[in-house]
Amino acid sequence: MAVVKHETREIRSAEDIVLVRQAVRAWAIELGFRLVDQTKLVTAASELARNIVDYGGGGTVVIEALNDAERRGLRLRFEDHGPGIEDVDTALRDGYTTGGGLGLGLGGARRLVNEFEIVSAPGRGTRVTITRWR
Amino acid sequence: MPTDPWLAHIVSKFESEILADWIQHQLAADTLRRDLMSEAELVEQSRAFLGLLREAVQKGNLADTTGPEWTPVREMLACVSRARAKQGFTASETATFVFSLKQPLFARLRGEVGTDVDALGDAVWRTTVLLDKLGLYTAESYQKGREEVIARQQQEMMELSTPVVKLWEGILALPLIGTLDSARTQIVMENLLERIVETGASIAIIDITGVPTVDTLVAQHLLKTVAAARLMGADCIISGIRPQIAQTIVHLGVELTNVITKATLADAFTVALERTGATIAPRSGHV
Repeated sequence: MAVVKHETREIRSAEDIVLVRQAVRAWAIELGFRLVDQTKLVTAASELARNIVDYGGGGTVVIEALNDAERRGLRLRFEDHGPGIEDVDTALRDGYTTGGGLGLGLGGARRLVNEFEIVSAPGRGTRVTITRWR
Repeated sequence: MPTDPWLAHIVSKFESEILADWIQHQLAADTLRRDLMSEAELVEQSRAFLGLLREAVQKGNLADTTGPEWTPVREMLACVSRARAKQGFTASETATFVFSLKQPLFARLRGEVGTDVDALGDAVWRTTVLLDKLGLYTAESYQKGREEVIARQQQEMMELSTPVVKLWEGILALPLIGTLDSARTQIVMENLLERIVETGASIAIIDITGVPTVDTLVAQHLLKTVAAARLMGADCIISGIRPQIAQTIVHLGVELTNVITKATLADAFTVALERTGATIAPRSGHV
């Protein structure tokens, strides 16, 4: 598997969330994703970017276009150096929130992509990597 | 620093010649934008600027263009720059208006000062410093002009985004467009609730055809609005749910089961009419 192209973006404010969505949509279109898959990727990116703004105290996303033998994909790595998540399993549970949202963002993002990986520990920040294949 | 005798001398003596050279120069330049500005306007601006420059140079301090004797020049440049920003000129094109005066001025200085290289070098240096300052001032004013344009557009967008329209007696519609996760969403939703009270509407249609992304925050805003409207005795219908949005909402796990949703505004309107006891039927003779 090879990374064909990549881009890093800062995520600090609500305006940055909009810009991340637009960037992800542009990349998904370029890679030839269908409209439904574009929408799923953009929505997952929106959830994770908002988590960075609301809980992570700002961070970055790395957008990567992937190529392997028979398929192409888009990988997004969201990273912050915020307080981290104590119990990742609980955070992924639908309806669980510490901030007054619906509590569906993290679990929803996982259901919208093909691969989902989260690494977090208290005081160590959070890294969420999602991949969707075409 | 005193006035420069040579610069004051040439702009007094050769004002009309310098103006002619300068205009010719501007008309021949790559940066000329005939599409944005007429030749007559350019000539008028050039004539006015050179006149004000002459007055300022005669009595003014060349080293400091912030003084009162330069006020008319600064005001004129600010006015020209803002106008050009609105007309669609680039910053370079705008600043070039001032910088392009260098060549005609230098040519005249060379002709008048003659063979005294030191005097010529001195006069050219002072002139170039002066015009650089004025050119930079132009660029700054241009930027301010652009910022005003952006601020105005933002204001316009705020207003654009919040129309609550009455479709029928007792039926309101809120066609939402753009990003729905910002602070303005709150205002939009409050507007809808206020209008429900004002009009006594029993049904409100929230159309999200123009909303590119529906994530959990957007869904939450929608659900809260629906719940608040219901407390006030009005039902909401959410319309404009495109196939890709529907699939995404399902994967997110957002429950919209308690809300009436429709694919199009037309479908929603039909339902709303039925609820209020009205129907739309083709006139007799039409199919």
